[in-house]
Amino acid sequence: MAALGSDLHERAFAAAASVCDPEIPVLGIADLGVLRDVRVVDGVAEAVITPTYSGCPAMNMIALEIELALEKAGFARHKVTTVLSPAWTTDWMTDAGKEKLRAYGIAPPAAKAGRRALFGEDKVACPHCGSSDTQRISEFGSTACKALWRCKACAEPFDYFKCI
Amino acid sequence: MTDTPLFQYTLRLADTALILGHRLSEWVGYSPVIEEDLAFGNMGLDLIGQARALYTYAGEIEGKGRDEDALAYLRDVASYRNLLIVEQPNGDFTATMVRQFLYAAFAFPYFERLARGKDATLAAIAAKAVKEMAYHQRHAAEWTIRLGDGTEESHARAQGSLDELWPYTGEMFEVDAVERALIDAGVAVDPMGVRDTWEKTIGDVLAEATLTRPRDGTMQSGGRSGRHGEHLGHILADLQYMQRAYPGAAW
Repeated sequence: MAALGSDLHERAFAAAASVCDPEIPVLGIADLGVLRDVRVVDGVAEAVITPTYSGCPAMNMIALEIELALEKAGFARHKVTTVLSPAWTTDWMTDAGKEKLRAYGIAPPAAKAGRRALFGEDKVACPHCGSSDTQRISEFGSTACKALWRCKACAEPFDYFKCI
Repeated sequence: MTDTPLFQYTLRLADTALILGHRLSEWVGYSPVIEEDLAFGNMGLDLIGQARALYTYAGEIEGKGRDEDALAYLRDVASYRNLLIVEQPNGDFTATMVRQFLYAAFAFPYFERLARGKDATLAAIAAKAVKEMAYHQRHAAEWTIRLGDGTEESHARAQGSLDELWPYTGEMFEVDAVERALIDAGVAVDPMGVRDTWEKTIGDVLAEATLTRPRDGTMQSGGRSGRHGEHLGHILADLQYMQRAYPGAAW
């Protein structure tokens, strides 16, 4: 097994982490918390990923793109393993990832995941003007991980990355 | 390993998720407003995702080489083990929403317990599903309240849907020999353990919705042993058509 921090391991990690969520092309899968591990064992580069939602249709695409990225990085043998446990949470999203979301026009998850976040009212800041005078339009948005909101200050609608 | 209690139990959970997911998918393109079209599509996707993971695991338990597709597409009505409530027709918007509420209010605390069960794979699948079912419960409860406490028309329709669906709620709490052994082993969840939570959720929401909780009369039963109403056959005809007409088709 290539040691953590070795050149081989770093090259494999960088390749896998370069893959973006196809629905949110600014957000890498490492920032998203979907990429759980990358290891190189006996010359085989393996990326371990976990789905955001049980039915997330982006997972097949992400797995395919990881394999392509590893291939391009010079790993002739590679595989992608999907794990369900521990269950993905928006708490794993990095601060850099949240900032990229905001810059892209998607409000990042506002709170720590938990029962309160699932049943309470979220306080969401508009990713365009920063106002917190916002309102939920729809609990479901363009993908399973997002809801639809609008800003009452600047009147722009926006996607909100749900806190789970 | 073949037809073990664990296989049967996993299949029951998978079939219920798949059939409800399919029912919700039938709304896509037909919902009254675009937001609810998205909602049904997304909730259906959650359920079908849960079903895929459960079928894959069921196939592994069985050990006969059946994958998720073989289990979903190549079994007939009598082999399906879903709860009868999920195969009930979508009816109008109130019927679909009330059904979603009655089921989600059960599945949320049920999966919460399953996530702490002794079977690591079922626990992992449940730990993901619990967040999804909490969100479904929240969404369906809000609509149940809005419809019940809405206009005269929406109230009458919501109450009618609730009355129609109520006889299918008893089956959620049934336990047979297959499940009893797994419950005793700490693998399966005893549904009676979530009954109080379910009753409280239902009671609170119906009160706010100004809807009347129907009386517990004769309850329908049989889905878990493969005795279904006529509706499931129609669902499967639609769901399984491609694999039946073009076996092994892939794209």
